Amino acid sequence: MSSVLYDAQGPRAKRRNVLFTVVFLVALAALLWWVFSTLNDKGQLEWALWKPFFTGTEAWSTYIWPGLQNTLKAAVLAVVIALPLGAALGIARLSDHAWVRVPAAVVVEFFRSIPVLVLMIFGLALFAEYTNVSSDDRPLYAVVTGLVLYNASVLAEIVRSGILALPKGQAEGAMAIGLRKGQVMRLILLPQAVTAMLPAIVSQLVVILKDTALGGAILTFPELLASANTMSGYYGANVIASYTVVAVIYIALNFALTSFASWLERRLRRAKKSTGAVLSADDVETADAGTVGKV
Amino acid sequence: MFDFLDKYDLLGAFWTTVQLAVLSAVGSLIWGTILAAMRVGPVPLMRGFGTAYVNIVRNIPLTVIILFASLGLNQTLGVTLGGGNDFETINFRLAVLGLILYTSSFVCEALRSGINTVPVGQAEAARALGLSFGQVLRLVVLPQAFRSSVVPLANVLIALIKNTTVAAAIGVAETALLMKEMIENEAQLLLISAVIALVFVVLTLPTGLILGWVGKKVAVKR
Repeated sequence: MSSVLYDAQGPRAKRRNVLFTVVFLVALAALLWWVFSTLNDKGQLEWALWKPFFTGTEAWSTYIWPGLQNTLKAAVLAVVIALPLGAALGIARLSDHAWVRVPAAVVVEFFRSIPVLVLMIFGLALFAEYTNVSSDDRPLYAVVTGLVLYNASVLAEIVRSGILALPKGQAEGAMAIGLRKGQVMRLILLPQAVTAMLPAIVSQLVVILKDTALGGAILTFPELLASANTMSGYYGANVIASYTVVAVIYIALNFALTSFASWLERRLRRAKKSTGAVLSADDVETADAGTVGKV
Repeated sequence: MFDFLDKYDLLGAFWTTVQLAVLSAVGSLIWGTILAAMRVGPVPLMRGFGTAYVNIVRNIPLTVIILFASLGLNQTLGVTLGGGNDFETINFRLAVLGLILYTSSFVCEALRSGINTVPVGQAEAARALGLSFGQVLRLVVLPQAFRSSVVPLANVLIALIKNTTVAAAIGVAETALLMKEMIENEAQLLLISAVIALVFVVLTLPTGLILGWVGKKVAVKR
């Protein structure tokens, strides 16, 4: 194993590595033992607390699946609305007209610099005060509104940097053969940029999925995290067990999305269909000095 | 028009947000650097641990981590982090702990991406000159890596500032919780939201602009 930091190792370095491994293993084992004994002392490893998840389907069909459905519903709605909005804002930011470019830039920068939770709280009060959406539906509306406002502006930046990453010759060539501005964007730039942006968009899905949990914790939206709380109340305060199961579900979903994004990125880089660089989520962040928050 | 603001401790909430952000930033920079060192180091077990930590923590919503810190660590396992019986102190510390554990995985990735931008040829050339391992790191690799980590780290910091609002989920009296309280009690939705939005714009926009400028300034031209 060699990298930019170190060369292939000789006998002395190998001995040292074995020493480090042993020390680290001991520390890790001590940590695991501490966790295990704390859980054991507090009676959190009792089979009764974990049983609902491993025997019978009640916990899954009554709590987890409905919660997961709501999580996915909010996430999918947010993506479906935010994508076209984000694309429009991103293209507007590249407009030749200042009266289009500047307002789009203000909107994007504004919503990117505000926490999504603040947008959700605002949405909840907005729907309560100015619309007649029933109070059962309000949390979903508020969560989706918050997610759309925030993610549309992040997606706008992804679209913009995807288009900017294309070589200048593409737009110049298109204009030289007499295409109009709209045609240049629609026929030449966007099709190439979209393929390059796909990995970054898929990574943004992870952010959206994670942010839906805010709705459960603060806006009484009955999604997966909220169902963990009801569940632990019902099964006799098995907070540790419920949260572990819910966390594993989140990890599995998001890990699948992340792996898909990096597979897509590798594939697109290899395929080289587009002339531009393939954007990973990290590239978008470094594309300008703005305030993209992927975290 | 702004009279109602006198009834609320906006400055106090703002200060709590800043405290959350600064303490978590320092903590996650330290823990994230250790994780990054493990992930790029030569010891396979540590590399595995670093990779597993980042992949697991990154994919759990921060809300889950922070709520678990309160309901699981504190209320079930009795962890108080030296806060005694003072719930405000305990919840504040638990929120900082959650933010550190979560953000450090992103700090680790930012630092690692910085190291990855250094071409292997740089280190090979340095070794060919006869520099020792320490010299290669100190004189050639790390200075370049840090320079290209500035912008990704700035993005992590901005996200962290925004993420401090999640502490509202366990009742830490920071800006988002105050906003919720104000909206419930006052009929001034748009005004309140504008004030709160301004707080975060003031915190994040300059951070992004300044650190972005620094990042471009120190970037290695390749």
